Amino acid sequence: MSVFIIRRLLQSLVVVFVMSLLVFFGVNVVGDPVDMLINPEMSQADIEATIRALGLDRPVHEQYWHFLTNALSGDLGKSFIFGEPALKLILQRMPATLELAFVSLLMSVAIGLPLGVYAGLNPESRVSRTIMAGSILGFSLPTFWVGLMLIMIFAVVLGWLPSTGRGDTVQVLGISVSFLTLNGLSHLLLPAFNLALTNISLVIRLSRAGTREVVHQDYVKFARAKGLSSNRIVFVHVMKNIMIPVVTVLGLEFGGLIAFSVVTETIFAWPGMGKLLIDSVQNLDRPVIVAYLLIIVLFFIVINLLVDLTYSLLDPRVRLQDVKA
Amino acid sequence: MTSVTDPTAAQPQKVPDPALLDAGAEERAAQQTPFRRFCRDFFASPVASVAFVVLCCILFIAVFAPWVSPTDPYDLAVVDVMDNRLPPGSTSFDGSVTYWLGTDGAGRDVLSAIFYGLRTSLFVGVASGLIALLIGSSVGLVSAYYGGRVDSLIMRIVDIQLSFPAILVALILLAALGQGVEKIIVALVVVQWAYYARTVRGTALVERRKEYVEAATCLALPSRRILFRHLLPNCLPPLIVVGTVQTASAIALEATLSFLGLGLPITEPSLGLLIANGFQYMMSLQYWISVFPGIALLITIVSINLVGDQLRDVLNPRLQQ
Repeated sequence: MSVFIIRRLLQSLVVVFVMSLLVFFGVNVVGDPVDMLINPEMSQADIEATIRALGLDRPVHEQYWHFLTNALSGDLGKSFIFGEPALKLILQRMPATLELAFVSLLMSVAIGLPLGVYAGLNPESRVSRTIMAGSILGFSLPTFWVGLMLIMIFAVVLGWLPSTGRGDTVQVLGISVSFLTLNGLSHLLLPAFNLALTNISLVIRLSRAGTREVVHQDYVKFARAKGLSSNRIVFVHVMKNIMIPVVTVLGLEFGGLIAFSVVTETIFAWPGMGKLLIDSVQNLDRPVIVAYLLIIVLFFIVINLLVDLTYSLLDPRVRLQDVKA
Repeated sequence: MTSVTDPTAAQPQKVPDPALLDAGAEERAAQQTPFRRFCRDFFASPVASVAFVVLCCILFIAVFAPWVSPTDPYDLAVVDVMDNRLPPGSTSFDGSVTYWLGTDGAGRDVLSAIFYGLRTSLFVGVASGLIALLIGSSVGLVSAYYGGRVDSLIMRIVDIQLSFPAILVALILLAALGQGVEKIIVALVVVQWAYYARTVRGTALVERRKEYVEAATCLALPSRRILFRHLLPNCLPPLIVVGTVQTASAIALEATLSFLGLGLPITEPSLGLLIANGFQYMMSLQYWISVFPGIALLITIVSINLVGDQLRDVLNPRLQQ
């Protein structure tokens, strides 16, 4: 076990190193570093001073070292637009993104699981077929277009829900959250549903397949023979057993939600990290772009590490295989 | 351009195995070419047949967009700003053209813009798919054929790349590279190659242990010939299936990135860009500028996916008798 953890940690460190190299070369070698890191509104003397301050007159390996030590001490440059440290800006926006991702995760279980179990229990009924056809659509529909349609139907035509922003927020442990106020909740509903759409389809498919497998197991037959009510069989015996794959897959999908929130946040003007990235790209606010990329890469490496470690705890075959290889 | 979805591409390696057929079927098989059998299997599903026909129409429109479009939406001499944001079915200011799907904010015919947009979207999707297929399958073949350290290194890279979502990798690349047709193709190739590499490696590992590869090795044929003339043709069926699904997701990804303003420049309007342009008018209920390009995108993606699903069923040897 410890061998596996050490190997996996080393691998993550290598990936962090390679990614920092890629981001560094992306900014400093592919593009013009002066062009990328210096505010175009500066005077000539200021530009030369900044070049010296950033060490752009030194050789490349020294520059990389400089960049790496700065990044490790949390200094990723200042935003041109906001004049604040890029790292601070991103960390400020992180709770909004995480809130959106968590609510959409909950939503995909709350909507997907009942539909999937129903379709699994009555595989031939017309309702089930509609559910399954809908789940195919959920995979095929481009998320951003569905977002636009949701805004048009629920915000413009029906006027039921607001289409932009976060609404009223409440401070909980120093972090502002939307889901505790009614107004915030109404702002959260559309973007969270939009982000959840693919995962709802995924949960429907997983729980339908799981249910169809489980209902033929002996323990379900036994529970039925014992005279348990069908409600109890479904909610206790079936549901419990199909939750394992559902929870595993959703855990894996969490990273994808963070990545896809870039799209949803842009459509619904949700003030999270993803919208900050798109705004920064449009405003050529390069320090923020670099900082976002580094943070999101780090975030993913940590998620992947956690997923692998959890797997190795749950399934001994994973770590045995890896040690042998 | 059509080769990715062309079912005939699957045909060369599907020689019917006489041992699997009973006496009666053998007679029938004598009159059947593998291609005919493939067609019969493919068109057995009505849904897939419809999807195939729809896809052919879309490809036709995309290739011949300048000839089938009612107007040229990017010819400034024809586009009249007086015609801007007309609802579907209205006639132009001078009464010469009917805009069946309405016009956009600059007075362009939405139907014609969709035809031109399909052309751009499909070109980007298919071109990136083909390049990724070439690179990915070469890497996968090399990985499977040589094994050992080469294999574990390549597969480690593939694993790491696939652990990041496609949209994130594309976002990172485009944020660094900037806008442009060739840049988005590069980004889509980087996103896709790993899927092809993994698919080919998996199939090639099975094929490599078969007698015909052993025979070729005994004949002292060069590795390159064994790789590309013996192994690759036998890895094609799963590759074609992955290719169709990947092309559909590449088109969707390109549309998403263009919508975000990170993909194609405004001079190369794909469907995603058309949808983005219509977004601002949606609040005033001028729905057609965004909705119709979206439906075109949806039909394209769904039909490619349905054809891909059917190809998977038909090309899967386990599902055949």
